[in-house]
Amino acid sequence: MAPPSPRRPGFSRRAQYSLFTTYVFAVAGLIAGALLLVTARLDPEGHAAIQQRVGDIFAPVSSAARSALGGMGSVGEAISAYIDAGSKNRELEQELAKTRADLRQAQQALIENRRLKRLLALKDQSSATIVNARLVGSTGTLSRRYATLDAGWADGVKNGMPVIGAEGLVGRVVQAGRISSRVLLIVDAGAVVPIKRLSDGLPVLANGLGDGRLELRPLTGGNNPLRARDIFVTSGTGGIYRPGIPVAMALRPTPDGAIGRPLADPSRFDFATVEAEYIVQPPPPVEAGAP
Amino acid sequence: MARHPRTRIGRTPSPARRFAVPVITTMIGSLAPVLPLIATTAIVPPFGLMVFLAWRALHRNIWPAWAGIFLGLWDDLFSGAALGTSVVLWTSLLLALDMLDRRLIWRDAFQEWGIAALLIAAYLLFAYQIGGAVAGWYGVTLMLPQMLIAALLFPPVMRVCDRLDQWRLRV
Repeated sequence: MAPPSPRRPGFSRRAQYSLFTTYVFAVAGLIAGALLLVTARLDPEGHAAIQQRVGDIFAPVSSAARSALGGMGSVGEAISAYIDAGSKNRELEQELAKTRADLRQAQQALIENRRLKRLLALKDQSSATIVNARLVGSTGTLSRRYATLDAGWADGVKNGMPVIGAEGLVGRVVQAGRISSRVLLIVDAGAVVPIKRLSDGLPVLANGLGDGRLELRPLTGGNNPLRARDIFVTSGTGGIYRPGIPVAMALRPTPDGAIGRPLADPSRFDFATVEAEYIVQPPPPVEAGAP
Repeated sequence: MARHPRTRIGRTPSPARRFAVPVITTMIGSLAPVLPLIATTAIVPPFGLMVFLAWRALHRNIWPAWAGIFLGLWDDLFSGAALGTSVVLWTSLLLALDMLDRRLIWRDAFQEWGIAALLIAAYLLFAYQIGGAVAGWYGVTLMLPQMLIAALLFPPVMRVCDRLDQWRLRV
């Protein structure tokens, strides 16, 4: 006999009605959810505001976890070393490993130091720096590529501002919350960045593929001029990104362009700078009667 | 199917625990995007949905038909998808499972696994469509690893839920 199920209430009127009500609720919720999705299309601002408020609550958690992550890794190593230990030889090995871990930590600190110094240099170059902040997480379950930045409008971050890491362009802010904001990475399939080749200024468009790589399309006709290991920087065309931010390196040419990788490796993102939107100065008005 | 503990006369498991354990574990599963991890491609399986389906596979009457509305809303708040995506999809999956219960009355764990894997794949595809599919078919192929990881991780998730279930129904 099949197990009794409240989904098949038999002859009890009461059970039948309560089951019916359950389904009415479910369908009503379904319709409400569909309407919410419609408002997401029609009123993205209000929609994002709700989501960002929740992001604000959990960004400090991610932030703390991320800063503790390096330490956690070495704790795991230490535990596994303890399990192996049995003889003097092992003990010595362990000590060596510990020393190595310390050394690695020191090296890491050195690298981080260098990176921060570079970031400071970056800050000096541009007068439009809004805030330096830490990238704490991303939407790993989703097909879109967003990262969470632990600075929001309380720090002056606004929607549309470019986010720049020590190695290159990271993305731009799409939802600024109070203390955290969401950044659309340049590797997202919906992100487009106008760039140029560093060597000769050839104009190129970079758009994300959604898998951590970029598609580079030159704005020229005829033969594909891109070669592997070409370096690209932002061109400043159309505003938003100021010219000269490193963006990508071409990996291999394709028939109509190239596949590239972002110079700022997203899995190593740590600190990033939010800058004000770059505004292209309009050309001076032509004087009447000028030649 | 879940094992049911021996009941003792006059004693029932705590109703608060019976209700809270599945709800709270599903809500914790939905917090996966809070993990301090920056992924360059969609690779983290949708743990909230997996826990939700694992409980449904263990007890077919555990979720009322409207459970997907609230748990889906919670999931949406953290996943970064547009609000309403999981509300619609989780409720639809639950209704689909209710319909399936009328066809496939007896199911073993392997069938539950296969059904869950298909439903998770369907969820990811629809969520991708709703999220504004820009990459076209190439984007769909990018989701295959995520679907595979989710399918392979479903039995362990179900096992954890089963252990929690034994504690949940203990008198």
